[in-house]
Amino acid sequence: MTQAELRLCSLLLRENFGEIVEKVGNSLLRTGPRPLRLLVGDTGLLPDQVKKALCVLLQHGLARYEPQPRGAVEYEARGERVLRILRYPRYIYTAKTLYGDPGELLVEELLLHGHLPMSSAVARVADRLTETMEDGKSMDLSEVSATFVRLADTHFIQRCAAPPAAPPEAQAKDRFVVPRLGLVGKGKRRHSCDEEEEGEHKAKRQKQEGGSSEPPPDDGIYWQVNLERFHQHFRDQALVSAVASRMDQTSSEVVRTMLRMSEVTTASGASHTQPLSSNEIFRSLPAGYNISKAVLDQYLALLADDPLEFVGKSGDSGGGTYTVNLHKALVSLATATLESIVEERFGSRCARIFRLLLRKKHLEQKQVEDFAMIPAKEAKDMLYRMLSENLVALQEIPKTPDHAPSRTFYLYTVNVMAAARMLLHRCYKSVANLMERRHHEMRENKRLLEKSQRVEAILASMQATGAEAAQLHEVEEMITGPERQQLENLKRNVNKMDASENQVDETIFMLEAFIESTMKRP
Amino acid sequence: LGMAGRGRGRGRGQMTFNVEAVGIGKGDALPPPTLQPSPLFPALERRAVPLPGGEECEYMLALKQELRRAMRGLPYFVKPGAPRRDIERYSDKYQLSSPVDNAIDWNPDWRRLPRELKIRVRRLRKGRTAALVPKQRVALDKEEALKKLESLEKKEEEVTSEEEEEKEEEEEGKEEEEEEYDEEEHEEETDYVLSYFDNGESFGPDSDDNGDEAVY
Repeated sequence: MTQAELRLCSLLLRENFGEIVEKVGNSLLRTGPRPLRLLVGDTGLLPDQVKKALCVLLQHGLARYEPQPRGAVEYEARGERVLRILRYPRYIYTAKTLYGDPGELLVEELLLHGHLPMSSAVARVADRLTETMEDGKSMDLSEVSATFVRLADTHFIQRCAAPPAAPPEAQAKDRFVVPRLGLVGKGKRRHSCDEEEEGEHKAKRQKQEGGSSEPPPDDGIYWQVNLERFHQHFRDQALVSAVASRMDQTSSEVVRTMLRMSEVTTASGASHTQPLSSNEIFRSLPAGYNISKAVLDQYLALLADDPLEFVGKSGDSGGGTYTVNLHKALVSLATATLESIVEERFGSRCARIFRLLLRKKHLEQKQVEDFAMIPAKEAKDMLYRMLSENLVALQEIPKTPDHAPSRTFYLYTVNVMAAARMLLHRCYKSVANLMERRHHEMRENKRLLEKSQRVEAILASMQATGAEAAQLHEVEEMITGPERQQLENLKRNVNKMDASENQVDETIFMLEAFIESTMKRP
Repeated sequence: LGMAGRGRGRGRGQMTFNVEAVGIGKGDALPPPTLQPSPLFPALERRAVPLPGGEECEYMLALKQELRRAMRGLPYFVKPGAPRRDIERYSDKYQLSSPVDNAIDWNPDWRRLPRELKIRVRRLRKGRTAALVPKQRVALDKEEALKKLESLEKKEEEVTSEEEEEKEEEEEGKEEEEEEYDEEEHEEETDYVLSYFDNGESFGPDSDDNGDEAVY
């Protein structure tokens, strides 16, 4: 991993799991897989602390272990997985849009705890949902169960692989099979106002707390979030919205339908979906869309002819077979991201030169000036700036075998892969900077924040015991006007930084998806 | 022996390739050489585009902050142990020292984790006091009786520990009940419910290593 990635991993571990886990994670990431005693020596921590940290990392899938031949166990950190912590809000929000509140909370619980058995996850979520409901109402476990099953069926969650030491028969053959659990009952509130409910549930609760000797029916089966599937969804989302903005709503619906049909038939690294015939697509269009077959064919033809080549025609059977060119789509999306970055950083004329070079691949200095219709001096300046930022590269083409400078072509070109990597690296740095700055702001205002929290606590307790408005006002006055202003500023800045981190992560996803797709091609 | 390329005074600014090809014409003023690293915060020529707002972004922002807060409260957030004090203070005896350093606050499935990561937990007060307190109430103010009980307890420890936990607990059990003995003495002296406190003597890194040795 690069220094920028390592620094970001470090910050993420520290923020979410504390300094001890950060130290252990760092040691593993920087120096590579090692056994326990080397870790203890390297980090200078107490053995128990290191053990605890390793348990946390293993629980969350941020590290794995491999038993070695002579009884030792080697631990290895998974840096890429650590970086995914940035994306947790996006996973949870997506689950919410697809499967509502139960889905959202299920994914959240699984992310917060790393992995959970189904019974445990469903119970927790039911309890949480019950808390938010009106008094006397509670959430049915079966409803949450049903959502769990749907998440598993669509592969958004998966069973955890068996640990390395387990016998081979224990390996789960099917990652998405949900065990049959007779989960009945309702969620429990923490403070039950309904006496009847309490009486019922007390018995159950005691049984559960005391009777841990009885293993739950899904003992040993743990579930985790399938990040790859979410990434596939994000990619599809980006594709559909690109088509929508380039063409129109109906075309994007056609593409969305095609992608939905190919969800489970397309391998994760495939460069294009399986061919789908126009008839099949027509049958699978969502119910609300009543366009005729002929119109659908026209849309498909338009999509196939589009220079962006998101959709390609692969044959004529069944009214014409079409595929979605996933790789080409990713290339277009990544390129658009690059262009947008150049435009915002250097200006629209630089962006014009950049797009020109992308289209024409290699151009001489003179040709750039001519094609872009920019005066020589400015064109030169812009090219050098982009060259110094490594967005543009120079390619030498010698005319004579002795490579004499006066008889060599110097061509400007854009190496998309290299530029993408470079910008991805910058993105990691940006997020790390944002996080550091945010921590700094919080540290600077620590005293004021603590004071504010104390005042809130006092106010809350006073309100609970029924204090007068005048007394409450007096307590509120403990925070002065300028202090209030300072708190507001702090909140605004922290929100801005958090939102920026989310935003940069979107770019990170785009670039990473493109790089991964390109690397996978033979 | 005129070595080419060593002319620093003359022919300044000559490069190995023809500069005209990249567009630097003759007599063009080149920018001055850079003699220091670029500034840490270079001036921004153009401002960044404002962040996209909208319901989705707002929700994800709230989610992010919620998650951060929630993570800190979970047992997976490993807090560094309280620093050891330089002088032993009287109040240390009555303080609740958290088992942060020496125990995991959640129950992982040990079938999925390597055995070496299991920390031997001093399950001190929880299971034991419940079983032993009724016995000890009988002979509270009698020291000799207590000593007798101690030997009885030792035997009982061996029985109960085999029922309850693994065999390793046995040795810890012996250590423990000696301290409980002390605790009972203290109970006579103070009004505080000492079962809520432990003096933390058996906590700490060195006691781990002594677990296998005989207890004096």
